[in-house]
Amino acid sequence: MSEKVLLVDDEEDFLDAMATRMKDRGMEVSTTTSAAEALKKVEEGAYDAVVLDLMMPEMDGLEVLKTMKVKRPELQIILLTGHATVQKSVEAIKFGAMDFIEKPADLKVLTEKIHQASAQKMVLVEKKIQEKIKKLMQEKAW
Amino acid sequence: MSWNWEVIGETGLQFFGKMSASISHEIKNVMAIINENAGLLEDLTVMAEKGMPIDPQRWKAPASRIMKQIQRGDDIIKGMNRFAHSVDEPLRQMDLSDTLALMGALSDRFAAMRGVTLVLESASSPVPVLTNAFILQNLIWLCLDFAMGCAGASKTVFLKAEKREGGAKIRFSKLQDLAKAETGSFPGERERALLQALKADLVIYKEMKELHLTFPVQAEG
Repeated sequence: MSEKVLLVDDEEDFLDAMATRMKDRGMEVSTTTSAAEALKKVEEGAYDAVVLDLMMPEMDGLEVLKTMKVKRPELQIILLTGHATVQKSVEAIKFGAMDFIEKPADLKVLTEKIHQASAQKMVLVEKKIQEKIKKLMQEKAW
Repeated sequence: MSWNWEVIGETGLQFFGKMSASISHEIKNVMAIINENAGLLEDLTVMAEKGMPIDPQRWKAPASRIMKQIQRGDDIIKGMNRFAHSVDEPLRQMDLSDTLALMGALSDRFAAMRGVTLVLESASSPVPVLTNAFILQNLIWLCLDFAMGCAGASKTVFLKAEKREGGAKIRFSKLQDLAKAETGSFPGERERALLQALKADLVIYKEMKELHLTFPVQAEG
């Protein structure tokens, strides 16, 4: 199964190259340079993982992360940053980021994280379905 | 006239740190783009080695992106070098227009983060001032930071250096929200200390939606 990934970064030349490399590795990739568009795409599409730049124009990456997690709690978000600080990493994990990777990223490492993200998302979705079934069974007193 | 060294020193250090952090972030971005595009070239080479037919056009885009980023990196490093050398001498003959262009380039990322565009209007001739380069840059940055906060819906700040009688002037214009801005705390202690050191003046023209920084031809007699 190919992973569906959303890449969000304000550097178009970065997005183009990374998206091409990911597609060559069998992933289904969407890209955007805008935080607002990223939020829209997350609302409309079911992604296995979002790779998000921490420093986005107009909207801080952590804000984007928080909003995405509210809209789609099961979504796995990997943050990319020029400089990873302990404080930012802790904040990102606290707000629900799956991981925090420093630029320039090693695509092998990132691909591995995306595979993990996809598996993790599937577990969360299954758990959600199980909970729904359990609730329904309790309601119907089965 | 005595300088408020305590404030100037602290403000200067904060400014130097902020600019250095931003420059290093920009360089990291350049490296990340080069890394991805070099990786793409490597992927294509591996595919070609395996006998897959690769359209030469596929090599062209990453190669040209790498060239573009090397140029961008070189520009960033040149700016960083000029900025770092601005502390070399207490007084230096400068072209205000040129300094404004450098500050615009160094502030571009901060502007982009706030969704603001900086438009530098070129001067018809050099605008000479003899002043302290680092303190001047610090003052321009603080005014620019304030001006960006007043850009309003147009999200654009126009900058221009020009000669005036007995000195020079920097004009920050089209500040749509200047009338609404809380100007009680601006210029604050930091700006006042820098203005005093440069013998400069700052005037806010709310109706004209402009901020003017004026300088004497020579900061110290």
